Amino acid sequence: MTNQPEDQSNYAQAEVNLQLDADQKINLMRDMIRIRRFEEAALKYYNAGKMGGFLHLYIGQESIAIGAVSLCGENDHIITAYRDHGHALAVGMNMNECMAELFGKSTGCSKGKGGSMHFFAPDKNYWGGHGIVAGQTPLGLGLAYGIKYKGLNGAALCFLGDGAVNQGTFHESLNLATLWDLPVIYIIENNGYSMGTSQERSSAFKGSLAQRGEAYGIAWESARGHDLYEVRAKTQKAFNRARNESRPTILELATYRHQGHSVADANAKKYRTPEEIGHHKENFDPLSLWKNQLLKEGVLSEEKHRQIDGEAKAEAKAAVEFAEQSPYPEISEITEDVYFEVDQGSTAGKTGRHFFHD
Amino acid sequence: MPMTLYRHAINRALNEELANDENVVIIGEEVAEYDGAYKVTEGLWKKWGDKRVVDAPISEAGFIGMGIGASMLGVRPVMELMFFSFAYVAFDQLINNAACVRYMSGGLINCPIVVRGPANGGTSVGATHSHAPENLFANMPGLKVVVPATARDAYGLMKSAIRDNDPVYFMENTLLYGDPAAASDLDDGEFTLPIGSAEVKRSGTDVSLIAHGRSVLVALEAAKQLEEEKGINAEVVDLRSIRPLDEETILQSVAKTHRAVLIDETKPFCGISSQIATTIQQEVFDDLDAPVLRVTSIDAPAIYSPPLEKEQVPNARRVVEKVMQLG
Repeated sequence: MTNQPEDQSNYAQAEVNLQLDADQKINLMRDMIRIRRFEEAALKYYNAGKMGGFLHLYIGQESIAIGAVSLCGENDHIITAYRDHGHALAVGMNMNECMAELFGKSTGCSKGKGGSMHFFAPDKNYWGGHGIVAGQTPLGLGLAYGIKYKGLNGAALCFLGDGAVNQGTFHESLNLATLWDLPVIYIIENNGYSMGTSQERSSAFKGSLAQRGEAYGIAWESARGHDLYEVRAKTQKAFNRARNESRPTILELATYRHQGHSVADANAKKYRTPEEIGHHKENFDPLSLWKNQLLKEGVLSEEKHRQIDGEAKAEAKAAVEFAEQSPYPEISEITEDVYFEVDQGSTAGKTGRHFFHD
Repeated sequence: MPMTLYRHAINRALNEELANDENVVIIGEEVAEYDGAYKVTEGLWKKWGDKRVVDAPISEAGFIGMGIGASMLGVRPVMELMFFSFAYVAFDQLINNAACVRYMSGGLINCPIVVRGPANGGTSVGATHSHAPENLFANMPGLKVVVPATARDAYGLMKSAIRDNDPVYFMENTLLYGDPAAASDLDDGEFTLPIGSAEVKRSGTDVSLIAHGRSVLVALEAAKQLEEEKGINAEVVDLRSIRPLDEETILQSVAKTHRAVLIDETKPFCGISSQIATTIQQEVFDDLDAPVLRVTSIDAPAIYSPPLEKEQVPNARRVVEKVMQLG
């Protein structure tokens, strides 16, 4: 079982949450539901053989991307690993371009060149979507470096999984973050398993993974990732530290993925018991928890929830249709988007041979 | 005529580009207060200060990756690897992130980073510090690989590399930094040289010696010996850039001389010369009067023993012998 922090403070009373009006709370729900319905549709068509490669689903973790990204301003930047669909939709990418990318179509967000693990939207401050575990952690640091270098008041949100904390680049990034006072926020989405290996079998730690930050003089905190109020409250503290003091934070959010590591995870039901999975779905599903919270607060009705859910399903269905109807890239496009100057058709792009296939 | 040394030519290019673009920042181990392990960045920190010239800890994967991330936001980092052999520590960042991010984003993201440092053997520092990895990086679409042999080329190509919107891996040479044979007259003001353009460094008629980096100087020395001792007039083609590659200049030379010997400090298996040989046989097969031969590093990790290492890397004697084998 993942560690579930004991702190039961009422994060609804945090300033950043008191500022939310009813519409904003419902929008947060809508955003989470959209991720869930998008991925359910993706799963269906992955299983139908419409997509290649891997499909790492975010189902169960939606409150983290939605909660953290909901706090981002124009000078804040976001980067994550390969379980990236949720963050992509959270920053405002649309379902069509994301679904088409999964289908490998030219209308995809990366023109069918990136796939599930590599979604990007720099116009929305979203820098991927990275396939190598922890490979994005120095890049996130670099985003913070860029923010600081340009004199902007912002932060880089770098998401990673619990499996990434044992990679050298993460530790190197932590050292540099403190050494150079960089406004980076590392959010460890701790779903308890690095692929099929539990946290207990993969990481040496005391208390929490985030606590490792102490060795580097980095402020750290653990939180319940399924609680949207708590995610927002704790992330806001990290944002304040980044924006006001240009200092890094490690935030570890306990969460759970309902599906396997990827859909191709043959042992998904072996390394976790059905009881464990059921326990989390029943008690810690962020969508159910947020819905119940809003019902309790009286800002949401069952009817409104049904309507939003229906809209999300329809949107996902339409995205599938869009993806199916879209063309694949042309063979000639394989060598586009490799070199800037070549794509520009500039003199530099025509100087020397850039590609060596016959 | 005052001649500028190779290290000073790069220093001048860095200094000018720091002045030209406020987004240019130099980051690396010992590049600032120490003035550079090989004095390439000498004086730059004193002139430009902490923001523009940054000492990094020994943490290549971390700071190279950081530079790549910053470059996506429009910073133009020039990252020094004290030795290009240390690139292996940062390989994931250099390949999976720098080389692939434009492609995987469907062309949405620029990665204007320069990674520079010496990439050579021949200095008796053993296998871990003597790699010539240009073939490994040139194998990766998305990367540009530049290996200048002279101060003039290093200067002009460095300025182009810094202005390029794609990652350019700029491979220098500890043996060239202070070598008068690699020095150039740089008095003709500010200029750039295009990446992807080779240069005939010595015109000849009997055989084409095709080389890059310090091997160009080896080829020039061999050409001199061939002329003086054998009456053979060799042409020397300096690739300057590995990727993009100026095939036209190579092929024109071979079509003229009908013979080619490729001099290449990388290891022979899938070395730079392997690619050149493929191109030559494919494009000018009928012009050849002899097989294309190569002088590469002898195929083992770099040996320490000083006199032996001088035999392991290409040298003029080996080049002359190879030319004589052409018959």
